[in-house]
Amino acid sequence: MNHRYDAIIVGAGGAGLMAALTLCRSARVAVISKLYPARSHTGAAQGGIGAALGNLEEDHWQWHMFDTVKGSDYLADQDAVEILCREAIETVYELEHWGLPFSRTTDGRIAQRTFGGHTRQCGKAPVRRSCYSADRTGHMILQTLYQQCIQQQVDFYNEFFLLDLLVDEGRSAGAVAMSLATGEIHVFHAKAVLLATGGCGRVYSITSNAHAVTGDGMAAALRAGIPLEDMEFYQFHPTGILKLGILLSEAARGEGGVLRNRAGERFMEKYAPTLQDLAPRDMVSRAMYREIRAGRGIDGRNFLHLDLTHLGADVIESKLPDISGFVRTYLGIDPVKEPIPVQPTAHYMMGGIPTDVLARVVVDPQNTVLPGLYAAGECACVSVHGGNRLGTNSLVDILVFGRRGARHAAQFIADSPWPALPPEAGEASRQRVAQLRTAAGQERPGAVLHDLQEMMFADVGIFRTAAQLTAARDAVAALRQRYGQIRLDDRGLTYNTELQLALELGGMLDLADVMVHGALARQESRGAHFREDFPTRDDANWLKHTLASRSADGGVKLAYKPVTITQFQPQERKY
Amino acid sequence: MRVTLRIKRFNPEKDEKPWWGDYEAEAEPDERLLDALYYVKSYVDGTLTFRHSCVHGVCGSDAMRINGSNTLACQVLVKNLGSPITIEPLPGLRVIKDLLVDMERFFELYQSVHPYFISYSPPPDKERLQSIADRARFDDTTKCILCACCTSACPSYWANPDFVGPAAIVNAHRFVFDSRDEGSYERLEILGSRDGVWRCRTIFNCVEACPREIKITRAISEVKNALMARRV
Repeated sequence: MNHRYDAIIVGAGGAGLMAALTLCRSARVAVISKLYPARSHTGAAQGGIGAALGNLEEDHWQWHMFDTVKGSDYLADQDAVEILCREAIETVYELEHWGLPFSRTTDGRIAQRTFGGHTRQCGKAPVRRSCYSADRTGHMILQTLYQQCIQQQVDFYNEFFLLDLLVDEGRSAGAVAMSLATGEIHVFHAKAVLLATGGCGRVYSITSNAHAVTGDGMAAALRAGIPLEDMEFYQFHPTGILKLGILLSEAARGEGGVLRNRAGERFMEKYAPTLQDLAPRDMVSRAMYREIRAGRGIDGRNFLHLDLTHLGADVIESKLPDISGFVRTYLGIDPVKEPIPVQPTAHYMMGGIPTDVLARVVVDPQNTVLPGLYAAGECACVSVHGGNRLGTNSLVDILVFGRRGARHAAQFIADSPWPALPPEAGEASRQRVAQLRTAAGQERPGAVLHDLQEMMFADVGIFRTAAQLTAARDAVAALRQRYGQIRLDDRGLTYNTELQLALELGGMLDLADVMVHGALARQESRGAHFREDFPTRDDANWLKHTLASRSADGGVKLAYKPVTITQFQPQERKY
Repeated sequence: MRVTLRIKRFNPEKDEKPWWGDYEAEAEPDERLLDALYYVKSYVDGTLTFRHSCVHGVCGSDAMRINGSNTLACQVLVKNLGSPITIEPLPGLRVIKDLLVDMERFFELYQSVHPYFISYSPPPDKERLQSIADRARFDDTTKCILCACCTSACPSYWANPDFVGPAAIVNAHRFVFDSRDEGSYERLEILGSRDGVWRCRTIFNCVEACPREIKITRAISEVKNALMARRV
């Protein structure tokens, strides 16, 4: 079936819904999402959205900008970070005007609290910058945006799975998707396509990410010949529930919680004397692993304690109600009385589809724009997070750049003629799907995915070496071979979720491949990418963004482009 | 531990009526039922079909009937369910395939109560002010994740599929009792109509089913009181 819209937005999380709201007044727009919008992973964000409102103490967007740049280990593009931190403020007010139920201060304003790496006066002490709604901020953002979309009568194609981008003669012409309900292939002819498909945390076994977070948009971009930027930078959040990886917000430490080792020591004092438990995530996760390696994990095992017991029941129940519930449900522990076993959990892809500050996709080291294609949020790399994202900045990112992309797209739609629909549009996707559905190998997609996840967590994690990454590279190649031998039990058309899993897996194998190649090549340690064989940052050789693309022989081709530095020259990163 | 999952199966492309299948799964006692279902799908029978996403009870995808109660498969642990574990699709909604039900009607009913912020006054430059007490008044109903556990557990909904159902009322309540919102009049018109709140017979199934522990019946009573008093 064919459709024609001015703009197609792929993904119905924060970035996609913000883009839809921005575009729907001026253009005919549809949102394609593999989930019902209210299920998107934005809803799992907990602790808050960063904006220098200064409601409780002095704060400035410039301080927010400095913290973000320093947090990124100087890999972020500073022109983009400036936009992020300036526009964060109006964005939070806009959410409030749409009814978002923020928690409130005693004088009725939006409540704010401290978060990792957010400081006053460029590093002096923690600052209250995270605007929150208890520990359900993402849920409230997703709900509020979805509610506004209902009011604006935005068109949704729910439970539609993105198969491929249509790119013809250097211009975006639309996208191909499959209806999960019927298996039918739909071709969406559009002047503009905005990808808002989220991250790819499901390449790891222990992750805070939803099952749906499989990098479909990034993988589709890669298949369309677009490079991916900085994919070796993957963030591990310090406090995941042991084994399950469920996120326990940094807000737990923002409210005063501390990490302790088996001796009960508050070990972050050693690693980050000023910010301690509120150091950025890459540093805290590494410190936890160092404690574990030194035998100071709880009972000598691979986890530590997040201690909230000194906060009191009132703070825990009113400010951290959801995560307290998770601890009770999944661990059978009362966080008011007992410390919580935690381990770092795969959380956030800093890299993604390269874009400029208008969220336009750029395809080479010269930042050549691919007209009509946009990307925003975790699937994109603008880059505001560089080597390591600060907590609360992902929610800012999705909204600021979702809106910027949509604003530019509105103008682009008004100014541009229709792109030609490529001949045989959708045919290649149709064939790929048909082949997969009827493939007669012996490998189960679920088993291949499981093995990929275990391998990635073991070898492409917080600490990396050339030996591990070489093994990982070979392992991905072997898994890709196995993927070629796949077979499905389900050959039907109605909600063939096994086929969906197989399609997602194909994309994740491609993404794992570029993650590993980028990590192996980058012989330095920066942000979340820590090479034990190259343990220091090397600005002389590596202050640059990686661009990884698929080469003609099926391998990975790497190129690099410079980092934009405006106000803040790289310094040693201490907290 | 090994557990048996007794799952109600239905494939519209093959089956004339539903049937029960027993599946052995390997599971850690602390694992979620969803993990066991995922194990079966990955290693035993790839045709088993269910929705799932966040894996920790915040997205609302994996609502189903487990040992006779509506709940989320990712929010119950295998060790607390015995064996065999009986798993069925949510009642009251059309089954499409296995544990996957048609959610379209549910979302239509939700949308019918105008579940979005309405204000006719121009917003200030910064935020609208709201006291902590006013914010607390509707906190409980902001937690809804639209999983449909409540509405599909409601005998009044089973009897009358035009009843907006508890989930829609919860989402209307969230705005009716928000001091900043100015759309209560139109929402109360809808909720006061024939298929609105008065279909609720205060049976409390919804409260028992809600994975977010929202006091749904209380919220519905508050809406009924607002209708009778014509003010919130």
